[in-house]
Amino acid sequence: MSAYDLLIAPFADYGFMRRALVACLCLALGSGPIGVFLMLRRMSLMGDAMSHAVLPGAAIGYLVAGSLSLTAMGIGGLVAGLSVALLSGVVSRATVLQEDASFASFYLTSLALGVLIVSLRGSNIDLLHVLFGTILAIDGPALALIGSITSVTLIALALVYRPLVAECFDPGFLRTVGGRGPVYHALFLLLVVLNMVASFQALGTLMAVGLMMLPAAVAQLWGRSLTAMIALAAATAAVSGYVGLVASYHLELASGPTIIMTAAVIYGLSILFAPSGLARRLFPRPHLAG
Amino acid sequence: MSALLTLDNLTVTYDRHPAVHHVSGFFRAGSLTAIAGPNGAGKSTLMKAIMGELRPAEGRLQHRLVRSDFGYLPQAADINRRFPISVLDTVLLGAWRHTGAFRANGAKEHAKAAGTLAAVGLGGFERRPIGSLSAGQFQRVLFARLLLQDAKVILLDEPFTAIDARTTQDLLDIVAHWHGEGRTVIAVLHDIEQVRAHFPETLLLARECIAWGPTAEVMSPGNLLKARMMAERWDDGAGICESPSGKASSNGVVA
Repeated sequence: MSAYDLLIAPFADYGFMRRALVACLCLALGSGPIGVFLMLRRMSLMGDAMSHAVLPGAAIGYLVAGSLSLTAMGIGGLVAGLSVALLSGVVSRATVLQEDASFASFYLTSLALGVLIVSLRGSNIDLLHVLFGTILAIDGPALALIGSITSVTLIALALVYRPLVAECFDPGFLRTVGGRGPVYHALFLLLVVLNMVASFQALGTLMAVGLMMLPAAVAQLWGRSLTAMIALAAATAAVSGYVGLVASYHLELASGPTIIMTAAVIYGLSILFAPSGLARRLFPRPHLAG
Repeated sequence: MSALLTLDNLTVTYDRHPAVHHVSGFFRAGSLTAIAGPNGAGKSTLMKAIMGELRPAEGRLQHRLVRSDFGYLPQAADINRRFPISVLDTVLLGAWRHTGAFRANGAKEHAKAAGTLAAVGLGGFERRPIGSLSAGQFQRVLFARLLLQDAKVILLDEPFTAIDARTTQDLLDIVAHWHGEGRTVIAVLHDIEQVRAHFPETLLLARECIAWGPTAEVMSPGNLLKARMMAERWDDGAGICESPSGKASSNGVVA
């Protein structure tokens, strides 16, 4: 088998592989940076909760459209995800519950409700698709939706970069200069939900955060500056997408999980070999003089 | 000398229990005032109320200042010290009043930021990530940011806690410099000798105002003892406070 057969032929020969690859690259560009900010805000698990919150909306969209239509499920997911984000924000401000506690309650409710709704009408196959995604079934309109979400994400991040950094780094300071931190927080949550919806068809609700958090963790292990981390996260996600698709094609594995596993392998290697990694502890270098 | 910031019978509560109780008086424009008192005396609470982060339960704050006139260094700032940001970018946040959320920092802001870093003794630290700084160095960075903020009123809440003597002296020099420029500086402190040596005026607080005026008069043994007696009393069975103005005290001494 030549290098061409191994690395390029799957995409040259099959349209669905090409679309899957483009979808992965888009997701990588959008979700990578979003994941870095989620992690820096210590909201890594919140991202997971948000992805479940998308489920009942998507399930209702599925019920209404009667098929796995990404548009209907995307709109439903967007509405549901935003509602949970807003409601849990309101609950945490109005009661003694911290935001993570109220998030957890809402997302467990959402997950149960979502599975219930899908099982009302659909088969177990549909349920599997909703939970784990169907990246090889992405069609033109779905690709357009994913591409638009990525574009919106990148433009929005570029615009609100400074206030978002200030809100992550020193929210108290932003408050004293009247910087409207909550507005940027809400906008950021909106971007998170949008990216969840984008990765929803590709990776399913259960793994939608995979291309967000694993690359972000890798980036944090290697990167020193925020710009380096963002670039590293996007690159890691893109490489995971490509390698995962190639591996799943040749080894006949399910593509979504293979992509996430690829990211997980990169993460594992990073834990070992990053500057702060385990290998460095086992084989310390001599310290500097000053 | 006119009143810049007036507290009019100010009461701030947590869960209806007063943390600052019927305090009246005013800070003169250009004054350098220490807020002293035991733990739980309501010092930080008063700072937060001045910054508008807590709403008075009774009474009010009177001033004609806008938010950007204030520079505030909170006690335990919820700053993410592991955030991947450089010293220069941290200081540049102080230019927020000019740049806002979206305008770019120009050469002028960069030059000013470098200047403030030199002023706090951190020249050449621009590119260092803040995660690599010691506690004292980081406090110097926050002072550099305050310098860049160019605020009329500067509030410092326990700015020298866990800071070594040399850094404290350098930062006290900056406070004196601000005072010399005519800015109004209010600092919460617990080191009585520091207050006596560097702050001309003092507000001695023990939830109620014990005394407010020239430091030498305020920090008398009698007043200090009184403040200590009032400390940390949280009465679960406390009734409703009846007095309409409490023991309204005023710093008429300096007016």
